[in-house]
Amino acid sequence: MSNVINEQATEHAHHDHHPAKGFKRWLYTTNHKDIGSLYLIFSLTMFLIGGAMAMVIRAELFQPGLQLVDPHFFNQMTTVHGLIMVFGAVMPAFTGLANWMVPMMIGAPDMALPRMNNWSFWILPFAFLILLASLLMPGGGPAFGWTFYAPLSTTYSNDNTALFVFAVHIMGISSIMGAINVIVTIVNLRAPGMTWMKLPLFVWTWLITAFLLIAVMPVLAGAVTMVLTDKYFATSFFDAAGGGDPVMFQHIFWFFGHPEVYIMILPAFGIISTIVPTFSRKKLFGYASMVYATSSIALLSFIVWAHHMFTTGMPVAGELFFMYATMLISVPTGVKVFNWVATMWRGSISFEIPMMFAIAFIVLFTLGGFSGLMLAITPADFQYHDTYFVVAHFHYVLVTGAVFSIMAGAYYWLPKWTGNMYNETLAKWHFWLSLISVNVLFFPMHFVGLAGMPRRIPDYALQFADFNAIISIGGFAFGLSQLLFVLVVFKCARGGDKAPAKVWDGAEGLEWEVDSPAPYHTFETPPEIK
Amino acid sequence: MNHAPLLKKLLLACLGMFAFAFALVPLYDVFCDVTGLNGKPSLERAVVSDTVNTERSVDVSFTTHAQSGAPFKVESQQYSVAVQPGAMREVKFSAKNTSNTDKIMQAIPSVSPGKAAKYLHKIACFCFDQQPMKAGEEIEFTLLFYVDTELPDDVEELTLSYTVFDISGQVVAKNDEAAKLIAN
Repeated sequence: MSNVINEQATEHAHHDHHPAKGFKRWLYTTNHKDIGSLYLIFSLTMFLIGGAMAMVIRAELFQPGLQLVDPHFFNQMTTVHGLIMVFGAVMPAFTGLANWMVPMMIGAPDMALPRMNNWSFWILPFAFLILLASLLMPGGGPAFGWTFYAPLSTTYSNDNTALFVFAVHIMGISSIMGAINVIVTIVNLRAPGMTWMKLPLFVWTWLITAFLLIAVMPVLAGAVTMVLTDKYFATSFFDAAGGGDPVMFQHIFWFFGHPEVYIMILPAFGIISTIVPTFSRKKLFGYASMVYATSSIALLSFIVWAHHMFTTGMPVAGELFFMYATMLISVPTGVKVFNWVATMWRGSISFEIPMMFAIAFIVLFTLGGFSGLMLAITPADFQYHDTYFVVAHFHYVLVTGAVFSIMAGAYYWLPKWTGNMYNETLAKWHFWLSLISVNVLFFPMHFVGLAGMPRRIPDYALQFADFNAIISIGGFAFGLSQLLFVLVVFKCARGGDKAPAKVWDGAEGLEWEVDSPAPYHTFETPPEIK
Repeated sequence: MNHAPLLKKLLLACLGMFAFAFALVPLYDVFCDVTGLNGKPSLERAVVSDTVNTERSVDVSFTTHAQSGAPFKVESQQYSVAVQPGAMREVKFSAKNTSNTDKIMQAIPSVSPGKAAKYLHKIACFCFDQQPMKAGEEIEFTLLFYVDTELPDDVEELTLSYTVFDISGQVVAKNDEAAKLIAN
């Protein structure tokens, strides 16, 4: 017994000072920086896989008619593309950034629960392995849309649905553990003097996001469990024959689903609020209002879910309530946008790559927010519902919103992570190609959507042909441009100009007080915050 | 720093939210019941009305359809009837088991507009019970209903829709006859 303890103790000490080599270092690591890197690499891999599926979708939609894939496979592509991008690309990227940056920003030596941290990452690849493997099985993978509405996912789905359910369970458990870790870290491990209203905004937004995750990921787990038992164990949660109600599925799903979209954007707000002051060389305008705006967005996100369901036949009173509640969210969101603009106002702005992505974020995310306001208008939504207008809206907020903020954050902190500056020329190419192609890709979707082209259909009426060809070209260009990002990251990890501790001269925060690359252990003695 | 107390609270919150997802199921039913929101009419026998509003007339239409794969053909003998609120009305439905095996049928009513659901009272309805039907059998069912005198003025017509389901072998029978049928 004592032998075992001794062994563990030596192993532990050994691990602390010199990380194990090779694969085992990554498998056994409890270091927040290692786990952050794992999350980010995983997320980038998933981004490319999900992106490849988007390429299949756009290739099929390049021309009207059915040419490349059969409709059932097309449906699997739209479904799994959505699931992978939401749960595999965007959410793990933010968790990765939180792992890397939150402890350094608050002066903590590591995350509060490092073993759970290891576990919450390492179950994630298995979730996606299960999900992707289901595509190769007889009958194929999930084909009912990432929203898995009953009865599509119960009565009309194939037996591989169980794999989908378990994959979602594992993803949920992973994000819940990640969220718990973030909260415990922020609440318990802040350096002395780091009071609540001194927290960097990225930390604030992640704290609020973590609470959202804890509130709604279990509800998603409940929803998939109900789908599982309805399909395999003869329950009738969503089956009218047994006294259930399929519309109730949508209520439960969107009770999770709407806070979920804020889970994917609040950390983005935090990143932008970090980058904009750095390159404007000014303090963030309205710090306190940013904190309160983020909190109000999070609270409001719980009372707007039914705006996804205006066409289910709600009473007028319900439609009015959800319409006004939804529009109310634009107030705190507007506060944030105006604060960013005010921060830039009369600043000494320089246009480094992170700043360019941040400015693109502000403009294009706001555009996506506006189309969201249009969708919030109940009578208008009856026309827009389930058309490409919706697709345009959520890709503007998620691609030019969440994904652009992640890219901005990656460029901003890459020199801190690797100790090397990225290749500026390649990064500029990446930015400009992405910016142009993403708009060629998503902007015309507004037009075909308003003209009535339905989403999730492999074929379309002839009058949409020209716009769809343009959209597809934009899609291929955007997809290929992301390979440049992979190249930039790869080259930056291998070498480049040495980065100083304080990479950006206007940057503020504890993460810039440690060397670049950040040492394996930072802030083992907490810093003093004045 | 001892993380256990906070960790416990957060884990409890997670379990609580998981339970809440399931609590949403009865909450949803109660909410719909109280507000009469989703057009789910009561499946209980109503009491006969003692007043009739002869000033007003409301059109009640009937539609029926079988869930896909359910081997039943159910039709109301009248497409629509005009009723005075409070007055009892009888409508016949003919139902046929189109398969060559014995089946149990369950009809689920739904009223549109949804807010009128709680004002349509059924005294007798084949939807109250599971209906065993022999192979190829044709049965005539009676629906006895009235529209409440309290029906909001802006509702001038309403539709009673029945979806019929094949529940043979799926549920434990409620009445003896069905139980016998399953036993056979």
